[in-house]
Amino acid sequence: MEAIVLQLLSGLDGGSAYALIALGLTLIFGTLGVVNFAHGALFMIGAFCTVTLQRILTLSHTVIDDTKTDFLGNPAKVQVPYIQDWFGEAASATIIDWSVPLAILFAIPVMLVIGIVMERGLIKHFYKRPHADQILVTFGLAIVLQEIIKYFFGANPIPAPAPDAFKGSFDFGQLLGFEANRIIYPYWRLVYFGFAALIITGVFAFLQFTTFGMVVRAGMADRETVGLLGIDIDKRFTMMFGLAAVVAGLAGVMYTPINSPNYHMGMDFLVISFVVVVVGGMGSLPGAVLAGFVLGILQSFASMREVIEFLPGINQVVIYLAAIVILLTRPRGLLGKRGVMED
Amino acid sequence: MSKSNFTRRGLIKTSAVAGGAALAAPRFFSPSWADGHAGYLNAPQGSTVTLGFNVPQSGPYADEGADELRAYELAVEHLNGGGDGGMMNTFSSKALQGNGILGKKVEYVTGDTQTKPDAARASAKSMIEKDGAIMITGGSSSGVAVAVQALCQEAGIIFMAGLTHSNDTTGKDKKANGFRHFFNSYMSGAALAPILGANYGTNRKAYHLTADYNWGYTTEEAVRTSTEAMGWETVAAVKTPLAQTDFKDYVAPVLQSGADVLVLNHYGGNMVNSLTSAVQFGLREAQANGQDFQIVVPLYSRLMAKGAGENVKGIFGSTNWHWSLTDEGSKAFVKSFGEKYGFPPSQAAHTTYVQTLLYADAAERAGTFNPCGIAEALEGFEFDGMGNGPTLYRAEDHQCFKDVLVVKGKENPTSEFDLLEIVEVTPAAQVTYDASIFGGELGTCNPGA
Repeated sequence: MEAIVLQLLSGLDGGSAYALIALGLTLIFGTLGVVNFAHGALFMIGAFCTVTLQRILTLSHTVIDDTKTDFLGNPAKVQVPYIQDWFGEAASATIIDWSVPLAILFAIPVMLVIGIVMERGLIKHFYKRPHADQILVTFGLAIVLQEIIKYFFGANPIPAPAPDAFKGSFDFGQLLGFEANRIIYPYWRLVYFGFAALIITGVFAFLQFTTFGMVVRAGMADRETVGLLGIDIDKRFTMMFGLAAVVAGLAGVMYTPINSPNYHMGMDFLVISFVVVVVGGMGSLPGAVLAGFVLGILQSFASMREVIEFLPGINQVVIYLAAIVILLTRPRGLLGKRGVMED
Repeated sequence: MSKSNFTRRGLIKTSAVAGGAALAAPRFFSPSWADGHAGYLNAPQGSTVTLGFNVPQSGPYADEGADELRAYELAVEHLNGGGDGGMMNTFSSKALQGNGILGKKVEYVTGDTQTKPDAARASAKSMIEKDGAIMITGGSSSGVAVAVQALCQEAGIIFMAGLTHSNDTTGKDKKANGFRHFFNSYMSGAALAPILGANYGTNRKAYHLTADYNWGYTTEEAVRTSTEAMGWETVAAVKTPLAQTDFKDYVAPVLQSGADVLVLNHYGGNMVNSLTSAVQFGLREAQANGQDFQIVVPLYSRLMAKGAGENVKGIFGSTNWHWSLTDEGSKAFVKSFGEKYGFPPSQAAHTTYVQTLLYADAAERAGTFNPCGIAEALEGFEFDGMGNGPTLYRAEDHQCFKDVLVVKGKENPTSEFDLLEIVEVTPAAQVTYDASIFGGELGTCNPGA
């Protein structure tokens, strides 16, 4: 029972990252009809917004410390962050400690601009082209973006720890009446789950309860009619691309304490996110979220030692097996609608 | 000064065997490659000799590859008489004079392994075929090393392995044309076990998470064998996909398993991510079976430890070499490298630098670039002054035997490079094993012509 609760938590945790990325992918596909293979790169750029902010906050000047030596035996060059000069040691340490949550504020405008530039500068030229062309150009763009990041930040992972207040684990077992230390879960992963739930709710609320969202939904259903009503739907769809980029970027920002960011992390999520979108139903936002969590939980249970011993290798294929079964029984995915990507 | 082991009798013997093999075996490479006059492939013509540096320049180990390349460039500079000479000044053999190799100026070409065996073979093949490389060296993966070593064997080129830690490279997949200076999984296990026993006791239950490929298997086997021999019990060993990025599903159940030690048989990004997950799940602070829970990382790399940040603090592992060593060879190398590049070298840089000097020295002592002459000069060669104490290039499997470092993540690092502290220098005798235990056949040297 304890193991099941633990794997369920782990599945919800993993599912929240899948759901967030798939949500952005579906937003873009549903509005613009573009299959965006660069979406994983947006997640990765979001993560590197954290790294960039960290670097900005730790911009330093060099002070020679004669009491210490460097690796060559010369007097040590100590790096003192400028913010330490401005705010004092304790305050600057706190600011740097909270760099991941602060990066949310930094990433929102950055990702919005990147999303809009990407859409206006490249993607819009491929709206009327076949999906194969869109996949090729966005996949190429993803590779270019990750090589740019590698050029500036290197290939090795870069640590971006959570604030000290969120380090450590929460004992769920005791809360549920189990023994102590049997079901523990890291605070930050719980924060990530809560953050994902907040973003997903926010996106749905935005689309459901605002005039902008209503127009976008109308445009998703019938682009031509909305255009005939005199609404510039293209401008709104561009904004949706920007919003999708922000969602992917924020997913990346908050993911950095879970796994140290590296230039390749977007590609690691890309294929699985497309599986999530297809399983959820092309163009279906609730489907993407549902599929994200379902596949996350399945992946978690398939990684249990007892399951691997019984079915070796199942942990590596379970998501794809589930996709095959779901698509055989429900060809449009869990919540897919007739007519989407069927022409 | 070391004497050459290259004898007339030996050359005749290897040439005869190689000649027989060449007649009997199908040729892998085009005959146009071979320099029939010199009796071996890619015999240097003119005043230069070309070495092939095959390192990951793209992909996840690109930073490690870049450090290897820096070390190679430094080695070439020293061989050609530039710089301060580095370890050539501390090397026990004095055959190298700073005038290239056998009087020929050293030039080099580079290839990108991408840490993919197929890509690594293709780049090595290109360097041999198009650039006339006389020796191939480098790499940051055992899969790549085994693949390129096999190619060099077929081609008739010496392969001086870079960073490769699997037992197989000089075990079941060893080749007569291949040589490894870097230590291996068996040595990590043999060096680590006594330290783990002394620090954590002999009544421990270990849970292994193992990267699902060749290196992971040999490392798990080595650590299990060594720790079980001193009384530890292995409660579980779970294979994790190589492409895994988030290890939560594998780490979460560890505390429920009854284990009180987690061994992470992971390297590179896998190690960074699995260690981060283990620390996030509170394993470093946890109690199990009435003892503090412990985490072990059998193979450490400073470059990778940097990616894991403060998560490495207090965690034991092993490494081939570390820049903080205070022997004369290490100091000379750190000085040369540090002054040229502004930061200390990694263990990958160290092993590739040493391999280049060892190759050049063997050629000088043998008096030829013939791979079979060089192989014979390296076999059984004993040397010192290269940072690992007295070292033997064992003839039976072409594996170097030298001291192994047991290290621990430093609690209070003083700089971004000061991440690991040396806990013990395990003597070579303690990590030496019988050459036959991993199987495989060295075969005969192939000069490629």
